[in-house]
Amino acid sequence: MSEQSEKSCCTSQTITPSPCCGEKGPTTDRFVRMGDLRVPSPAVQHVGTGWSRADRWGAFRSRISAFRMQYRVEPGLYAVGSPDKTSDVFVSANYKLSFDHLRRALKGRDAWIVVLDTKGINVWCAAGKGTFGTEELIRRIRAVGLDRVVEHRRVIVPQLGAVGVAAHVVKKETGFRVLFGPVAAKDIPTFIDAGYRATREMRKVRFSMWDRLVLTPMELNPAMKKFPYFLVGVFLLFGLQREGILFRPAWDGGLSFVILGLVSVLAGTVFMPILLPYLPTPSFGIKGWIAGLLSTCATFLAGGVPLRSVLLSLVALILFPAASSYLALNFTGSTPYTGMSGVEKELKRALPLYFTALVLSALFLIIYKVRTWG
Amino acid sequence: MTMKYLKDVATLKYDPEKCKGCGRCVEVCPHCVFEMKEKRAVITDRDLCMECGACVKNCEFGAILVNPGVGCASAIINSLLFGGEPSCGCDGEGNGNGCC
Repeated sequence: MSEQSEKSCCTSQTITPSPCCGEKGPTTDRFVRMGDLRVPSPAVQHVGTGWSRADRWGAFRSRISAFRMQYRVEPGLYAVGSPDKTSDVFVSANYKLSFDHLRRALKGRDAWIVVLDTKGINVWCAAGKGTFGTEELIRRIRAVGLDRVVEHRRVIVPQLGAVGVAAHVVKKETGFRVLFGPVAAKDIPTFIDAGYRATREMRKVRFSMWDRLVLTPMELNPAMKKFPYFLVGVFLLFGLQREGILFRPAWDGGLSFVILGLVSVLAGTVFMPILLPYLPTPSFGIKGWIAGLLSTCATFLAGGVPLRSVLLSLVALILFPAASSYLALNFTGSTPYTGMSGVEKELKRALPLYFTALVLSALFLIIYKVRTWG
Repeated sequence: MTMKYLKDVATLKYDPEKCKGCGRCVEVCPHCVFEMKEKRAVITDRDLCMECGACVKNCEFGAILVNPGVGCASAIINSLLFGGEPSCGCDGEGNGNGCC
């Protein structure tokens, strides 16, 4: 989707007669008329608070694929409702889903939105990288001429943006006081109505079952992209006979492994995230291993995967829970509560174990092959 | 349900002597690690800290120290393999690995 059509799908009416763009900075003789207000800004776009079908489809696509990298709005100044010099100013990222959640939360209100250039990344990730940061906020406040758009001196920044935005520096450089809003955009109306106060609950990042569920495609998709390599490996392993590579033994022997492989991927990328708070131990690696072991055993018990030897069963019990564990450990990247020190500690312990599991599995498979040929 | 990661690993350090009671740390922490008591911040449970660094960035009095970083396994593995700081790859160039 081009940037132009992106823009049009979130813009209910565009009133940008000004030919210049937001990057060039304001000039005092350039105004945009918005209702009774003449806004001295390089470019202002009026946006609605509703979500169109295209917005919903875009949100869905950006959840399930790498499309989120292209899901952007143009940085600059936007208007919701009929804002004036006293209206609140909200800051957002130019990841359209972040922007859309904000404008939806502003339904029935008049407000300004300053969109930072975060390279299309959401607020929290961008703040971690510094693109949703102090410098960009200062630059954008100046670029849109915010001091001439509003007469008050406060901007409301999403709380998760605090990772990148130093409020005291912004105040010192621009005169604008940064108020950190709630974590979730949906709490913004309550936050405003309470006199710009967020409750403790609004300040907490949550990780509900739904939150975890919508993140599973982010783990499942990349894992399934690598699955064909596993398929080829299984095909070669079981198909390789003295006479050459034969399809029949590859299918007969390999099917069980393919099913167990799929189950282990699901265990690590879907079951474990869903069951996250209910699995024992805080370690993601162990949680994933448990999910993998239970799934492997359940598949065995279901009787759908007759394995031909004790050796192969042993390989399955070593390899597949380890694979689930590795995938589950990768889910740390999607969670809002794992810290770097903890993940490093887990990896230092887990990586040698994964390596050992691989070597042992390979060894047992070689013994199995030698025996079947012998 | 409050989810907590590994115990005693967070690099969070806090010097109450330097705290001027502005309350910014309470405002920015997404896990409510800080709360105000008698006009000063106190740590409630340091094991809740995910080392995002929002508190350090917004404490203008230098009362808080933490080694900020991404708690993302693939970022750390990439850093081990290819060097450099752990980065989750969400750089807008389309090579994100799903961490956000």
